[in-house]
Amino acid sequence: MSIDIQMPALSPTMEEGTLTKWLVKEGDSVKSGDMLAEIETDKATMEVEAIDEGVVGKILVAEGTQNVAVGTVILQLLEDGEGLDVLSAPIEAPTPDATPKPAPVSSVSSTPEPEQSTASVQSVPTEIEVPAGTAMVETSIRDALRDAMAEEMRRDERVFIMGEEVAEYQGAYKVTRELLQEFGEGRVIDTPITEHGFAGIGVGAAMGGLRPIVEFMTWNFAMQAIDHIINSAAKTLYMSGGQMRCPIVFRGPNGAASRVGAQHSHDYSSWYANVPGLKVVAPYDAADAKGLLKSAIRDPNPVVFLEHEMMYGEIMDVPDMDDYLVPIGKALVRRVGSDVTITAHSRMVGRALEAADILADEGISAEVIDLRTIRPLDSDAIIKSVKKTNRIVCAEEGWGQSGIGAEIATRVMEQAFDYLDAPPARVFQKDVPLPYAGNLEALSLPNAQDVVAAAKGVCYAN
Amino acid sequence: MAAKSQKPPKPQTNKKELLHLYREMLLIRRFEEKAGQLYGMGLIAGFCHLYIGQEAVVTGVNAAIKEGDQMITSYRDHGHMLALGMSASGVMAELTGRSGGYSKGKGGSMHMFSVEKNFYGGHGIVGAQVPIGAGLGLANKYLNNGKISTVFFGDGAANQGQVYEALNMAQLWKLPTLFIIENNQYAMGTSISRSTAQKDLYKRGLSFGVEGVQVDGMDVLAVRDATKKAAAHARSGKGPMILEMMTYRYRGHSMSDPAKYRTREEVSEIREEHDPIDMVKNRLLKEKWADLDALKAIDKDIKAIVAEAVEFAKTSPEPDPSELYTDVLLEVGT
Repeated sequence: MSIDIQMPALSPTMEEGTLTKWLVKEGDSVKSGDMLAEIETDKATMEVEAIDEGVVGKILVAEGTQNVAVGTVILQLLEDGEGLDVLSAPIEAPTPDATPKPAPVSSVSSTPEPEQSTASVQSVPTEIEVPAGTAMVETSIRDALRDAMAEEMRRDERVFIMGEEVAEYQGAYKVTRELLQEFGEGRVIDTPITEHGFAGIGVGAAMGGLRPIVEFMTWNFAMQAIDHIINSAAKTLYMSGGQMRCPIVFRGPNGAASRVGAQHSHDYSSWYANVPGLKVVAPYDAADAKGLLKSAIRDPNPVVFLEHEMMYGEIMDVPDMDDYLVPIGKALVRRVGSDVTITAHSRMVGRALEAADILADEGISAEVIDLRTIRPLDSDAIIKSVKKTNRIVCAEEGWGQSGIGAEIATRVMEQAFDYLDAPPARVFQKDVPLPYAGNLEALSLPNAQDVVAAAKGVCYAN
Repeated sequence: MAAKSQKPPKPQTNKKELLHLYREMLLIRRFEEKAGQLYGMGLIAGFCHLYIGQEAVVTGVNAAIKEGDQMITSYRDHGHMLALGMSASGVMAELTGRSGGYSKGKGGSMHMFSVEKNFYGGHGIVGAQVPIGAGLGLANKYLNNGKISTVFFGDGAANQGQVYEALNMAQLWKLPTLFIIENNQYAMGTSISRSTAQKDLYKRGLSFGVEGVQVDGMDVLAVRDATKKAAAHARSGKGPMILEMMTYRYRGHSMSDPAKYRTREEVSEIREEHDPIDMVKNRLLKEKWADLDALKAIDKDIKAIVAEAVEFAKTSPEPDPSELYTDVLLEVGT
């Protein structure tokens, strides 16, 4: 009986990859531990090892093939004594929804956000100042962030990046890919696994005249460093009567990844949003990722920059401009509507846009506001929208209590109470640590249907 | 003193230098005594950590470093600021929470800074200044500006994890930073023997390859000489060093500390036998570089400076209410 070797999922977020190179050929004998092929994932180039002994039968996916779905049979291995004739037609690559074991789980595969939302994104370019006729370049969010850092490092020699695996490894999520090659080890600094210490060193370097970008492999690990972010970075300008500056960007992936459990899936938006002296940015699309990160690096204040691990691989349009800056503190109307306002940030914007499509089919016109910056929060944009729609749903991926939605709902009630036709509604993660089991994880995270239900609720359309 | 410590012959000095060091230490002592009084009168609030007894440490370090080198320390910071030449009036007015203070009254005793005088705070979280100080070293190396950073922390902070994270990276990257442990024997009220398994703090960097030296921190000239060597080491690209300054604070941890954890005799023994200012005074008299009248004149000068600082700190207005919302964020483009 031949053994089917499938395209493996080599990271929690990988759905497909490029088969860059075969390291064996048909007829080769292999044993457990032998390298079979090189695969480029969304994070890195990795090698696939043989687990079983046998003879390489048929290679089913040619070298250089891109977008090979996880689960696709790439090679059939013959057991001793078998001939090629035993090979049967390989099973078809399963669709992500049907994938039995690897990482892409239902909560991910059920959210085809970027494809569906791109149209809405492009239809409302009113608040981004992009000259007419500017070409758009399809860019992954990962590369948009990288380009932002590279451009700012070229522009200002004081800008450098430090963090775990940012240099030789090219970034745990490949966000710092090739920066080491361009800027050298003096400006792309690998740190030991010591968040508390290197966050403090970053703060000191900022006070000493540099413009550090401190990458946390995830914001979950920044809990070790939160004292320096808040006590040392955010408060110093005030405590010094305006003398001591701390221009620094703390960045990294935030929020729920996929099947990584409670300690690696925490959304810190509301934590940092609570602190005066910080700016807190959470972009949704690639253009904002680039334009806001460039603004963050130039900002004279400490900026917490929250990326979304599940979105690094999303490919979206980025304006082909020399210096594309998106101002911090300005929300963006991603979709114009008249019946209900939906606020969201980061990945939740995609859910909100998806919900707006569904609502449109049911005759409800939703206006979607991408907050983009959590602190300072663009209250004006929200209030203006609510005065038009008279209803609001505040959606976020984090927990509800003391959350971003709680804050927005309060501001709306304080500033536009008489305009409301229904109490503000909130959509948020269930009030439990994020579970590991795929079904429970999907149940605990808010999705487009939750937003739809909340919107119908405030429209009394249930 | 332990293995790595040195007992050099009587350190070299001269009349001018020693008189200068005497003045510097006396200013800190008189300033702190006055701050203690003002605290008792209710003019200074909150926490107030006095440096009395430890004057030789910062004074000796300052005598050994160069113009432009940075200092950063904990909340026991008044002495460091005075040593660096920040004005006594500006510091005292910050203690009283007035607009003329270094932080316009918004920082208080524990939070003052001076970019001009290379003082980087004034940090209230025990040990936090240590990686920040290493970060100043990183900036110096990055900018290749020839400066070193000096980081002061106590025997209490020496048990904080982030200190070791900083030591590791400082040695790994050969940062021009001196880690100066002011071992005053008490972490708040817990004596070093009750808090610390291995009490030779100068050895704390050994597993990272950071050299350490134990120094008599009550002897300003010993501090100066040890710091000079260590500064040359750091400045030459060899990386950081640890200096463990053996010192003693006469007062409680903060003004609200009754110091029940040690005997009155322990304190008076140090005051009478090892006082850093008396040691210098005695040498000045012995070398005939000053007589009692000359020293009295210096004392009078210092008292006048402190009196002026107190007057300023009392009369400088409280910050304008409009200051409540300033200095939270800088304007973009500034």
